[in-house]
This record gives sequence, structure tokens and C-alpha cells, in this order.
Amino acid sequence: MNAPISEDDLHAYADGQLDAARLMQVETWLAGHPERRAQIEEWRTQAASLHRAYDRVLDEPIPARLVPAANAARWLDARKLAAVAWLLFGAAIGFFLRGETARDPGAAVALNSLPRQAAVAHAVFVPEVRHPVEVGADQEAHLVAWLSKRLGAPLKPPRLEETGYRLVGGRLLPGDSGEVAQFMYENAERNRLTLYVRPAAPKGAETSFRYAREHNVDVFYWTDSRFGYALSGNTGREDMLRLATLVYRQHDK
Amino acid sequence: MSSRDTIVAEIPRLRRYARALTGSADAADDLVQETLQRALEKWRLWQRERDLRPWLFSIMHNIHVDGRRRDHRIDFCDDDDLPVPVQRASQADALELRDLERALALLPLDQREVLLLVGLEELSYAEVARALKIPQGTVMSRLSRARARLKALLAGETAPQLKVVST
Repeated sequence: MNAPISEDDLHAYADGQLDAARLMQVETWLAGHPERRAQIEEWRTQAASLHRAYDRVLDEPIPARLVPAANAARWLDARKLAAVAWLLFGAAIGFFLRGETARDPGAAVALNSLPRQAAVAHAVFVPEVRHPVEVGADQEAHLVAWLSKRLGAPLKPPRLEETGYRLVGGRLLPGDSGEVAQFMYENAERNRLTLYVRPAAPKGAETSFRYAREHNVDVFYWTDSRFGYALSGNTGREDMLRLATLVYRQHDK
Repeated sequence: MSSRDTIVAEIPRLRRYARALTGSADAADDLVQETLQRALEKWRLWQRERDLRPWLFSIMHNIHVDGRRRDHRIDFCDDDDLPVPVQRASQADALELRDLERALALLPLDQREVLLLVGLEELSYAEVARALKIPQGTVMSRLSRARARLKALLAGETAPQLKVVST
């Protein structure tokens, strides 16, 4: 099948949007039409100029108002922070769930699941270079007081120094029924762990230790009378089990 | 799945597109911010879409167009029966801008959008059609006109005849 070469084909050729078969046909045709080849080169030059003019925007730091920032002025503005955090969550969860919900409309209830939310929060903030946490470990007393107040019960980040992980800091996030805290830890190899803590449901049963793998994140989770906890990481199930056991024992005391 | 696949990673591209579209850093970031907020309000809807990026560009497109209407700016029209590109009078100032920015500013909005989504953001034609909610054939005709027009503008040709039309 050799449909005549159209203007659209030439644009698609310039933009690299032709399939292999059509590409061959257009190539052949262009060999006999140098003036059209020159035109294609011009279009490509235009696109290259656009990149030269605007690609620098990609390297600019993202203005704080567009991302949850770590500085104090930001988290005091709780409403704005909540909006952006909700956005990140919504988009991330929506992204993670799009396949599943397409198959099963009822899967939206899975949004309530602790390990899934924890894994999403983990995936969102662990790659952050500039703003991994809102309040750093250098202000730990403040961090503890702040998050305990917001979650309505005393809350302390576990100590994991013996495993090589140090506390980076923490942040407050919106959960589906209120505030959630996230603590982040990092070791010398720059592996990061996050501990996601949300208030327990009023009549929620305490659960023992459980494991889930959500989107390549290993999550160990459990609940006690006050909180639901989920420890997320990417260093493999065995390693995470060791770390989670340590965290679990510290909270179980 | 890494979080690079999430919306956070899309912010730089949204900013690049908005900068080229509006020609102003402040207006661009306002547009991005509003786009992110709108995406928040509507995020449940986007599961139906295949990809996040065209969906975000489509939200940005709607906000940008609404904003121009709200500000009583004069909208560019793509109809072939409207042969003269409609211009804001104040865009005469844009002639002072450097070549490309000037030329982009002079492109009708609907052509500029297609040109930037294809040439700068490298969306597929189908994605552009989805983002702008127009048929793919319209994408192709706008792209063709945009490229010819940009060429003429970069060659120093000014808009043939400008007229201001109130909306």
C-alpha cells in the first residue's frame, strides 16, 4: 500500500512520528523532492530554536509556591501546604490506581489502606533533594512537639542509629481522615526510609505486624491503640523486616 | 514505580510550556499554579486518561483560555473564514522583543499551542488532540499554518494587517 505522501506525512516525518513502514516510503519520496526536504529541515530548526530558548526553564529551581517547601514560612501557611500536599497525593494515588480502578470501580476503597498511602508518600518525598522534610532533625524537639500536637497524641521518631540510619526530619501530611506524620531516615549509602504515622481509627482494632509490597516499595505496617504505622523502604524485604522490627519494638514498649 | 512518574516531575515541563505560551515568567507560574490546583480538584477524573501529561496540558489550556476571556483579551481565531489574525493593540510592543519570543507572541494562540506542544513538548499528535480537545486533523492544519507563519515572522514579516476586535 503506497498512499500518496501528504503534507501531514512530512510533518510527522519532521517530528519523528511516522511508523517504520511509512518512514521508508517518505524517505524514498523525499529523495526526489529536495525542496520539501529543505522545508522539513526548517521545521526541525524551528523546534530546535524553541528548545534553545526555553529548555533553560527546566533547570530553574521550582518556585516554592509550586511545591511543598521545607521552610518554616511554608508550613505555617497550613492551608496552602495542605492544598499542595493533597495535590501531590491525589495525583500520585490517582496515578498508581488508574489501572486498578479501571478494572474495579470499587477499588477506590483501597485508598484507605495504610500501606498504599505510606508507599505513595514514600515515593513522593524520598527523591526530594532540596526539600525531603519540612522540619529537620536539627530541630527534633520542635518536630516532636509539633507533630504530637497535630496528631493529638505523643509521638516520637524511633531511634535507628544502630542500623546506620539517622533521622533526616519529618513533615505533616493530610491523610484521608486527618493529619499524618512522615519521618524520614537516611543511611551512609543514601538509602532512605520513611515512617508514616496516622492516628488510629476510633474503633479500629490493633493489628499485628503485616507486610505489603506497593509499587516497588516494601512496607511493614501495624497499628496500636493510638496510631497506625507504616515503614517504607527500597532495600528489600529482609532488610526492611529487620528495620521494621526495631521500630515496632520501640513503639510497643 | 518511581515518583518521577508523578505530577511533581511534570512541574518543570509545565513551567517550560507556560513560559513559551505566555512569554512571561510570572504569568507562566501563575498559570502552572492554577493548573496544579485545578488538577487537585479534578484528579479523580484523570484515571480515565491514558497519560498524565496530556491531561495536565489540557487543564492548563482550559485555564489559559478562560483567563484570556475573563480578562477580556481578544482571542485569536483559527477559522479559515477569518483570514486576518486578530491582535491586541498592545502587542505592537512585542515587536521589540527578540526574534523568537516576538514571533511566538504574534502567532495566533491556537497555532502557538499546537506548535509548542509538538515542537517543544514533543507530544504525539494524538496527545495534542486530546489535550486541546480538537480532532487530529485540526492539529495537523494548525501545525502546518503555525510553521509557515513562524517562518514568515522570523524572516521579518509582520502581520499583514492588524485589527482589534472586541469580544
